[in-house]
Amino acid sequence: MSLLSVRSLCVQYQSARGTVRAVDDVSFDLDAGETVGLVGESGCGKSTLGKAIMRLVPSSDGFVVLDGENLTEMHPRALKAARRKIQMIFQDPYSSLNPRHDIGTIVGQPLSVAGWSRRDTRDRVAELMGQVGLPAEAVWRYPHEFSGGQRQRIGIARALALSPKVIICDEPVSALDVSVRAQVINLLKDLQQKTGVAYLFISHDLSVVEHISDRLMVMYLGRIVESGRGEDVWQQPVHPYTRALLAAAPVADPRLARSRTKDVLQGELPSPLDPPPGCSFNTRCPMAQDRCRQERPILRSVAGGRMVACHYDLLEQHAASLPAVCVAS
Amino acid sequence: MAADPGLNRPPVLAIDKLQVSLFTRRGVLPAVDGLSLDVAPGETVAIVGESGCGKSLAALAVMRLLPEPPARIVGGGVRFMGRDLAALSEREMQRVRGKDISMIFQDPMTSLDPVLTVGDQLIEAIRQHTEASWREAANRAVELLRQVRIPDAERRLDDYPHQMSGGMSQRVMIAMAIACGPQLLIADEPTTALDVTVQAQILELLKELQTRSGMGLIIITHDLGVVAETADRVVVMYAGRKVEEARVGALFDRPLHPYTRGLLGATPSAIRRRGGRLAEIAGSVPALSDLPAGCAFQNRCPDVFDRCRAERPALATLLPQQSAACFAAEKELSRNVAAIGA
Repeated sequence: MSLLSVRSLCVQYQSARGTVRAVDDVSFDLDAGETVGLVGESGCGKSTLGKAIMRLVPSSDGFVVLDGENLTEMHPRALKAARRKIQMIFQDPYSSLNPRHDIGTIVGQPLSVAGWSRRDTRDRVAELMGQVGLPAEAVWRYPHEFSGGQRQRIGIARALALSPKVIICDEPVSALDVSVRAQVINLLKDLQQKTGVAYLFISHDLSVVEHISDRLMVMYLGRIVESGRGEDVWQQPVHPYTRALLAAAPVADPRLARSRTKDVLQGELPSPLDPPPGCSFNTRCPMAQDRCRQERPILRSVAGGRMVACHYDLLEQHAASLPAVCVAS
Repeated sequence: MAADPGLNRPPVLAIDKLQVSLFTRRGVLPAVDGLSLDVAPGETVAIVGESGCGKSLAALAVMRLLPEPPARIVGGGVRFMGRDLAALSEREMQRVRGKDISMIFQDPMTSLDPVLTVGDQLIEAIRQHTEASWREAANRAVELLRQVRIPDAERRLDDYPHQMSGGMSQRVMIAMAIACGPQLLIADEPTTALDVTVQAQILELLKELQTRSGMGLIIITHDLGVVAETADRVVVMYAGRKVEEARVGALFDRPLHPYTRGLLGATPSAIRRRGGRLAEIAGSVPALSDLPAGCAFQNRCPDVFDRCRAERPALATLLPQQSAACFAAEKELSRNVAAIGA
């Protein structure tokens, strides 16, 4: 049994114009010490999935099992205890720290909620400060005195306070400058090595996700369309959407950027209020056939632990014979 | 883009030792400090740097759109097609702005007026600078929306900005910016707020429009991926100053300034294998109110030595078409030259 198992998780929002299936039948596992990356464009449901796992938003179907306990059916009081094992780091280091609390209070809060004594809390906070590379005297200072990167370190220290087994990182470096982003990514990796914590790493930035993740999941309109080992997906993307995402991602190498042939994916994400029938990608997919417009492909296993939701037998066919997603225009 | 667009042609834009200061309660802060920069016709120049490095203020100074106070141009000049922009009256500047020089901003949603239709805004932009009648302007607006590949252009004219996605709004902004055939387009983080697939579409569109019209393009970005995809030449800024300038290939192959090297090392890329550590630039950018004597990068620089703490390195041309403001780079290069000589 994996550390975290998510099965057929669905989240629905009711709006005046109908029901939005923000997360639609998502299943995956996360093992101890592992990083699973979740990529997708804005509005695809990746943050909602993270929140639904934490039970910060209610799920309408499916379940989440953490360390043998079913979080979805848990009584709120029991949930509070279970949440010690699963924590979250947020995107915006400005709005996620209370400006009226000093850093010691912010980082110590999960500990005092969990009933730690003042003295233990103080010692643990001091230890955490060291772990995330902040000076010990930072505990007396307030969030506005810190830069974005330092604030994100504070958020990480808070998430680590109760030694969780899983941390859901929701775009943890997207708001940071390049040079600081690398510091935070490296810090997350170091902490994982030291503590064995598992990450669900949510980001829209493919290069960051690819860098940090053991396994990758690609999400489109609430559903996982492809998953597999990070390197495999990166080097041989199979789903037309994954291929388009990779082709669109800018490459920090001018020669490669200009020599690689690419045809930019046209159109934009359809409204989640009114998803197209059949495969949700069919409106933008260069390979779409009648079947894709009628029947929704299920996420099925193909070779090497890869899962793909597409009617085509993509891995079997030779890459060159595939209708081109990334061929020069 | 041509291999060497605009080489030896007079620049569209020449920024010369531009200085912009912020007048704050904490004193006068040098937000842009002696920036010089040329853009040739048809050329794309990228200005790269982290938040607060002065890249956006430099662009606003060119447009004479600086938030005054606190910002003010305190030195240097900006020449556009040989004309000194600082000498123009506000009325003359209005004729330049939006016609000869256009700008698009990071957040298309806040750049469009929410209570006017897209068509109204486009038509206004066209009629501001031409003699066109309303009807002619409306036809031109439809044509522009087609040019930026907005499907169903006629109908879209009656849409309000909130009815459009981020990518669509940015296309409208671009349509507005190119409405009068500008010779220079300044794009300030044009794709930062957009998703990757839409980003790729917008960058492609900008390149295509540039190829067609031969306008100069300044792209301001923090994303080295965007630089690699679009730029001919790159200017790297740090704490208000230009620290390196080079052609795009040279910059990625052989960065001279340690800050540029740091930025490249800190960018995850497909070429460097995953699992490896990203290079870090230790520490953070010093506050403008608290710049050290000597080089502004000294507290984060791996190659720092005594001279860097005492003296501020000037920008020096160290290789053909590549300059950097770094004593260590100078030393390193002269050592290499000596080694080749020996």
